Amino acid sequence: MLKRWVPVVLVVLLAGALLTPPGFAQAPIKIGVIQPLSGPVAASGSYVRMGAEIARDWINARGGIKGRKVELVIEDNKSDPKEAASAAEKLIVRDRVPAIMGAWGSSMTLAAMPKLEEYGVPMVVETSSAASVTRRGNPWIFRISPPSEMEALGLARYVDKLGVKKADFLAVNTDWGRGAIAAFGDMLKKKGVAVGATEYMDQAATDMNAQITKIKAAGGDTLFLTTAVEQITLVMKQAQEQRLGLKVITTGGSSSPTQLVKQAGAAAEGSYHIVFFMPWFPEAMPDGKLAKAFVDEWGKRGHPFEGLTEGFRGHDGIATIAEAVRVAGKDEPKAIREALWKVKLMGVNGPIKFEKDGPAGKESGQSQPSIFVVQIKNGKVALPDFLAKK
Amino acid sequence: MAELLQHLVNGLVLGGTYALLGIGLTLIFGLMNLVNFAHGEFYTLGAYAAFAALAGLGAGFFPALALAIAGGAVLGALCEVTLLRPLRAESIDTTMLVMIGVWIAMQNGELLVWGGVAKSIPHPFPTAPLVLGPVSIAPLRVFVLLVAGALIAASWVLIQKTTLGRAMRATFQDRDTAALMGVRIDRIHTATFAFGSALAAAAGALLGPVFLAYPSMGDLAALKAFSVVILGGLGNLPGAALGGLLLGIAEELGAGYVSSGYRDAVGFVIIILVLLFRPSGLFARQERIG
Repeated sequence: MLKRWVPVVLVVLLAGALLTPPGFAQAPIKIGVIQPLSGPVAASGSYVRMGAEIARDWINARGGIKGRKVELVIEDNKSDPKEAASAAEKLIVRDRVPAIMGAWGSSMTLAAMPKLEEYGVPMVVETSSAASVTRRGNPWIFRISPPSEMEALGLARYVDKLGVKKADFLAVNTDWGRGAIAAFGDMLKKKGVAVGATEYMDQAATDMNAQITKIKAAGGDTLFLTTAVEQITLVMKQAQEQRLGLKVITTGGSSSPTQLVKQAGAAAEGSYHIVFFMPWFPEAMPDGKLAKAFVDEWGKRGHPFEGLTEGFRGHDGIATIAEAVRVAGKDEPKAIREALWKVKLMGVNGPIKFEKDGPAGKESGQSQPSIFVVQIKNGKVALPDFLAKK
Repeated sequence: MAELLQHLVNGLVLGGTYALLGIGLTLIFGLMNLVNFAHGEFYTLGAYAAFAALAGLGAGFFPALALAIAGGAVLGALCEVTLLRPLRAESIDTTMLVMIGVWIAMQNGELLVWGGVAKSIPHPFPTAPLVLGPVSIAPLRVFVLLVAGALIAASWVLIQKTTLGRAMRATFQDRDTAALMGVRIDRIHTATFAFGSALAAAAGALLGPVFLAYPSMGDLAALKAFSVVILGGLGNLPGAALGGLLLGIAEELGAGYVSSGYRDAVGFVIIILVLLFRPSGLFARQERIG
């Protein structure tokens, strides 16, 4: 009885096999994206997504990768590390993406990382700053954002010009914030700068008056502030209410100075910001033409200008993965990982090329991004005086 | 010394904020025996309603506050009539689940309408702080503290001294007897929930300008509101006021003199202690026996 069905099944299978190839050649190349699209840092994640979509559309407008279109499969990690891990699993197991970009915050990225190793899928990290991301011995991680140490080194040559003598720290109580305090603290101590108060705040906290009172009592001259733009706004407003009067330097590149000017107003005046993209003067970027095109496209889509300092990360992340797929010649996770070591491209931030970082034999990739300092002067974003003179 | 004074002022201001969050919840929780998980969302609604009135309609700050409070009351009434009224005979667990649903639906609705980017709500108060010796405080926060006090006092008078308040208390103590005495039960349920929601919206509209308005702002607010209600005792308005102040000052001093990384932990340690030793709240009257 059963035997009678065998030929039928075979014919169906054969027909399926014969009919599928043309369809497959046209199948899009899927790239997974994990970003915080809800929760306390939703704004930043949404901007990264917008940038990723620009990269996708640009690549597809140029004919895709070897004739295949790029498709983004986007997952929300809800600003929550647990959700980041399950988002990675879902993208890999259900959507079968061969590569992922994510997951904004360091805690979220670190939580997703074991899943990458378990299933063997590479992830390009576009935002996270904690050193541990590339030091855990996870060979599937390729980071295009600078770790805090690199940022601190980038700032080191300006410490004298900024007139930092005694520094205090206020950071979000996550892997990112704690990592930033360690990295900038080390750099400053080496430069002979004294370190005063070291304070933390919960990611969702809105009232930072207690920390500000402590920082005021510590009597430093400069406050290093590490968190996302919403909390930076609140800290600056509350610091103004308490007449803190410290020079503020934000780290991590998620300060969106334009949004600060809008929302913190006079409280943001004079503050310095480490950024990785300067949409106010795109011609000053390593590839001025690309930067200008990105800023124009962003505006054309009606995205808010203040999102650009975050949005470029999405573009560069997707461009990096697309280039790796092109080099690999196929959308297969292992091949993409091998190709990521070979990619050399120009992003909005600057040149992207991966060097080995972390324990020998299990190195992660780390690119050397460009780092800039800007200042809010008279309600506008400008280069600080010590840079503008050159 | 200057530092301690500033910490105490900060704690007072923060505590006033918490008290404001707690009063609406303690009314609904205490009187209606309803665990209102959507409380934080009515708070968020108040902040966005004030923002919409200011930025969209071009209303003044005070009319915007009034509009936000009215919006909270209307949506609260709507929520009670459509979702809670059909479930009145059900257990507390059922309504709790419904309110969790309302919470998720409202929060995602806010995300859909307003997007994830925080909104700054303008206000007419000067940004320069009031300076008293070593201590400084923002004028807006003084205003919030005063309004919080006024709202708590007004709510207390309404519940304790007016006919409506008496009807509310009677309804939730013994529904059948209250109905026999001519109290319109359905209206009282709707009015109480609308009143509690209006207080939450008032808190949102007042605190929105102090902080920022964003879709998930209600989560932290609801957490603090529940803490205040536990500290003060269910349905106890002066308890909510004192509980709020206590929580604010404890968190402030904990962050100031222990570690800012454990700021929220300080609040929760106090709540655990209260639950262990005074389970019906710090300021609950002695239980009547017999």
